[in-house]
Amino acid sequence: MEQRKITYAFFSGILECDAGYILEELDQKLSPHGFMVPLDLGAKGSCLIGGNIATCAGGVRLLRYGSMHANVLGLTVILPDEKGTIIKMGNGLRKDNTSIHSHHLFIGSEGQLGVISRCQLLLPPRPTSVNSAFLGIESFEKVTKVLRKAKTELSEILSSFELMDSETLKCLEENDGLKSVLPINPPFAVLIETSGSSKEHDSEKFSTFLESVLESGLAIDGVLAESATEASNFWRLRETAPLSVMKDGYCYKNDISLPLKHFYELTEILRERLGNKVIRVTNYGHVGDGNAHINITSKSFDKDLYKMIYPFLYEWVAEHGGSISAEHGIGRLKRPYLHLGKHPDELLLNQRLKQIFDPRGILNPYKMIDSL
Amino acid sequence: MRILVGVKRVVDYAVKVRVRADKKSVVTENVQHSMNPFDEIALEEAVKLKEAKHAKEVVAISIGPAKSQEVLRTALAKGADKAIHIEIDAKSAEQVEPLHVARTIAKIAKDEKFDAVFVGKQAIDDDANQTGQLVAGFLDWPQAMFASKIEHENGYLKVTREIDGGLDTVKVKLPAVVSADLRLNEPRYATLPNIMKAKKKPLEKKTPKDLGIDFTPQTEILEVCFLYLYMHLLPSFFFLPSG
Repeated sequence: MEQRKITYAFFSGILECDAGYILEELDQKLSPHGFMVPLDLGAKGSCLIGGNIATCAGGVRLLRYGSMHANVLGLTVILPDEKGTIIKMGNGLRKDNTSIHSHHLFIGSEGQLGVISRCQLLLPPRPTSVNSAFLGIESFEKVTKVLRKAKTELSEILSSFELMDSETLKCLEENDGLKSVLPINPPFAVLIETSGSSKEHDSEKFSTFLESVLESGLAIDGVLAESATEASNFWRLRETAPLSVMKDGYCYKNDISLPLKHFYELTEILRERLGNKVIRVTNYGHVGDGNAHINITSKSFDKDLYKMIYPFLYEWVAEHGGSISAEHGIGRLKRPYLHLGKHPDELLLNQRLKQIFDPRGILNPYKMIDSL
Repeated sequence: MRILVGVKRVVDYAVKVRVRADKKSVVTENVQHSMNPFDEIALEEAVKLKEAKHAKEVVAISIGPAKSQEVLRTALAKGADKAIHIEIDAKSAEQVEPLHVARTIAKIAKDEKFDAVFVGKQAIDDDANQTGQLVAGFLDWPQAMFASKIEHENGYLKVTREIDGGLDTVKVKLPAVVSADLRLNEPRYATLPNIMKAKKKPLEKKTPKDLGIDFTPQTEILEVCFLYLYMHLLPSFFFLPSG
């Protein structure tokens, strides 16, 4: 018997549901009503919305619809006290400044403060016109120029801007036999998606932008998908990248955020530093939000290689104003480096906060926040 | 050899179609459309023959409402030299049948002296699989349907066809009609430089009246209803062979 509950308010575009719904399940329920869930990620077929909120999941559409902070309007949480107190925080309204927005504390809290049992989500309308283009670009500097141009000229219809460097495309071809879209493998491939409500308007805007990008020499080549099959071929490359790198043997996965000017620097530094001790260093990801997935691969795990990468990589990122875990969370792997780039007083505040919510330290101990 | 390629604008195969309220059709408003995948394959084969210097010219033709021009532009971007649009008003377009399309293609093929007509084996909206065969009948030309390989030699086309029992290879004398099956080739992408160049290629417009062709419907759709097919299997069927 279905015990989970879900209610819709379609005129305001708000969904209220229990935390146990699978993201894709929600999206399928919304589809016939012309709405969609505000995030999209590879694990959508299995991840639960409660988990997406607790981990502040990112995904490929953050550029357009914002992070979970932008889309969660309210949460029902269960506190680890004797009574298992249930509190509703936030009330599903777009605007409510009557108090501190406490529900935001729980977004990305990784289960440290309480258990999320129900949520109120803002729903974007499902776009009826979606277009994808694959561009080949010579330098990272030009990638940043294309990004800026896309934000200005594609404006409200831009929904995704993803990067794959040539090492990533090479890996896809070698390990998965997936041929790239362009006849030559460019140094950088950018996958741009637009989503809107008018096919004519979007096509014209996108074509004008793409022509201009090509004519000005910002891109050396490009393809505009002429059908959903072609678009899904482009996206298959991007979505298979994380799996493809694993086939090299062992993969040192990294999920970092950097100011755009440093985005690609680290990859080149790592290639020089690690030389032929590695099979490859790939960089792909949400360049539109400054989030890079740098994957270093070797035939098998090598302790010496590990020591060459860490903590160097984390320290470099922290020194350059970046985050060592942009969207994947701190978990256990990166736990020893959590303090990098953070003021010790902030960490202390977080510990005191945890104590208020979880005085006995029973929620997810030894993880993100140390008990005092 | 000059090749006429028939292309049709259809609801994109990835769309989850819904039956329209009046049950006479599926919902096509605000729904993604694209070139019929088998027509893409037919076009690609014609363009490859041209690139291999077996054909001199590739002309794309589409019979449909104003929006059919979108697929013709795509055809031009993917290698067609010229395009012909036989425009039907949006209302009548719903009742166009393979018979009308075939009459039109046959007339153009004959009047403009084409050496071959390539079409996709069937359109993914009606699955009729009739147009190619009807064209051949009207023109009294030989036909080779469900092609998975085409070779051109001395005024003949050697065509390997996919049939239930396996592969069947036939030799047809030009002029001939061929319909493309899935494994014939892998269509190319329309690159941006080619999309830009395509804007300058000629797109001719005509109407059935100009050609003196009768488009009176022979059939009437009584009802369209939804069958619970295994929709998730369809995409894998159309998964083109590069993996």
